Amino acid sequence: MKDFILLFRQPDYDHLHLSPEAMEALKQQWQDWIGGIAAQDKLAGRGPRLSQEGKVLKAGGVITDGPFVEIRERLGGFIMIKAASEEEAITLAHGCPALASAGSVEIRAIS
Amino acid sequence: MKAADISLKQLFQQEFAKMVAVISNKFGLAHIETAEDIVSETFLTAAENWETKGIPPNPAAWLYTVAKQKTLYHFRRNKILEQKVMPALTARQESTEEANLDFSHENIKDSQLQMLFAVCDPVIASEAQIGLALRILCGFGIEEIAEAFLSNKETINKRLFRAKEKLRTAGLKMELPPASQLSARLDNVLHIIYLLFSEGYYSQTQNEILRKDLCLEALRLGLMLTAAELTNLPKTNALIALMCFHASRFDAREAGDGRVVLYEEQDETLWDTALISQGIHFLDLSARGSEVSSYHLEARIAYWHCMKEDAAEKWEQILQLYNQLLQINYSPSVALNRTFALYKANGREAALIEAEKLKLEHNHFYFLLLAELYKEIDPEKALRHLKQAYSLAKTQTEQQGIREKIDRLSA
Repeated sequence: MKDFILLFRQPDYDHLHLSPEAMEALKQQWQDWIGGIAAQDKLAGRGPRLSQEGKVLKAGGVITDGPFVEIRERLGGFIMIKAASEEEAITLAHGCPALASAGSVEIRAIS
Repeated sequence: MKAADISLKQLFQQEFAKMVAVISNKFGLAHIETAEDIVSETFLTAAENWETKGIPPNPAAWLYTVAKQKTLYHFRRNKILEQKVMPALTARQESTEEANLDFSHENIKDSQLQMLFAVCDPVIASEAQIGLALRILCGFGIEEIAEAFLSNKETINKRLFRAKEKLRTAGLKMELPPASQLSARLDNVLHIIYLLFSEGYYSQTQNEILRKDLCLEALRLGLMLTAAELTNLPKTNALIALMCFHASRFDAREAGDGRVVLYEEQDETLWDTALISQGIHFLDLSARGSEVSSYHLEARIAYWHCMKEDAAEKWEQILQLYNQLLQINYSPSVALNRTFALYKANGREAALIEAEKLKLEHNHFYFLLLAELYKEIDPEKALRHLKQAYSLAKTQTEQQGIREKIDRLSA
């Protein structure tokens, strides 16, 4: 078993516009997906949730309000999982709700 | 058993633990064995005396007086010996001459709380811990403890002896841990109480009274923690709520022949509504603060189970709670329960996909769950899973239950 990190990249949308019911449904989707990984005893750790805003430091001391201005997706959060191979890690990443909202999951081994 | 015998037994259970705690508090944990002997002798005297003269109007006070005399006699006699053998006595033991045991309500309460922390100290191996808790904190007899663990008296005696040795050699003191360590040490205490309760709730022993006794004692120890401000924390209340909700179904789940009536088949008029209300009270108290312990999640799951109707909201809530529980505390049974909740909330197909991923190939409950999920859509497959479950079942009662399912499905 190796540890992998799954990074969720999602379009920068504003959650404030969601109704409480839609927020709840979204939360349930994420929880069902993570619960499914945990049920297989393959969850190695939960990353803290990242805040909506952030700063990016670039060469020359340039500070920007975040990556959103340049790339379509921003980092939404991450979890750590246990998997026998990269292939299995990819299998576990399937079903991630980020994919359903035009986002992506980046799978990286942790050494 | 006659009514008088039962009350004497209950009296023993209650007072044994109190007296051992008070005597140990006075003379130190190193003398815990002596304290036990003194209290046992006290009850022997009581039994002989009460048989001819009848039970006194205030039996507890009677017992305390006799215990005081015996304690004083023991330590006075022993002191002569100890002074010859080991001249360097600690200051605590030196004052035994004028020792007067304090059996006030306040001191009994404090002593028992300190004893609870001493017994649950992580230096003692956890298998011995529950036994020691049953003996020292709940006043259970060696035979009862052996029965609860499906073991024999010799094994239990050895285990208890080693645990008490540990109390002595590790130099544990009768005192509450300092505030900085209290929360972590309380986690140990709560865990032992939780194990004690589970031992009673899921025990293999056929003795229903014993099982119920174990559960009620665990509940009593939990309530003891609420009497002190330092230990009356949200997680303590969550554990108590959890025990109340489970215990409320105790009568409904006993089939009378040692078998357990499954939740789905229980007569809910047998559920104890007073215990459910008590559980809700403690669940409310547990919501203070921001910590979410596994006891919080398990208590909420148990709370939803107190509603028999299969409302969609119920199973969705239970599913979400299991999702959270798995993230902080994985176990195969939680994974299986989570998948069952998924079936109830999102349907058979969704649950089957998740169930097939679990691969708990050595767990007969896993195959029972698969059989349940396949029952309607592929009876052949369901039957194969039931047979697999049968071959993995550990007890005769479990096998019998699975056999009945096989017969029903084949019919």
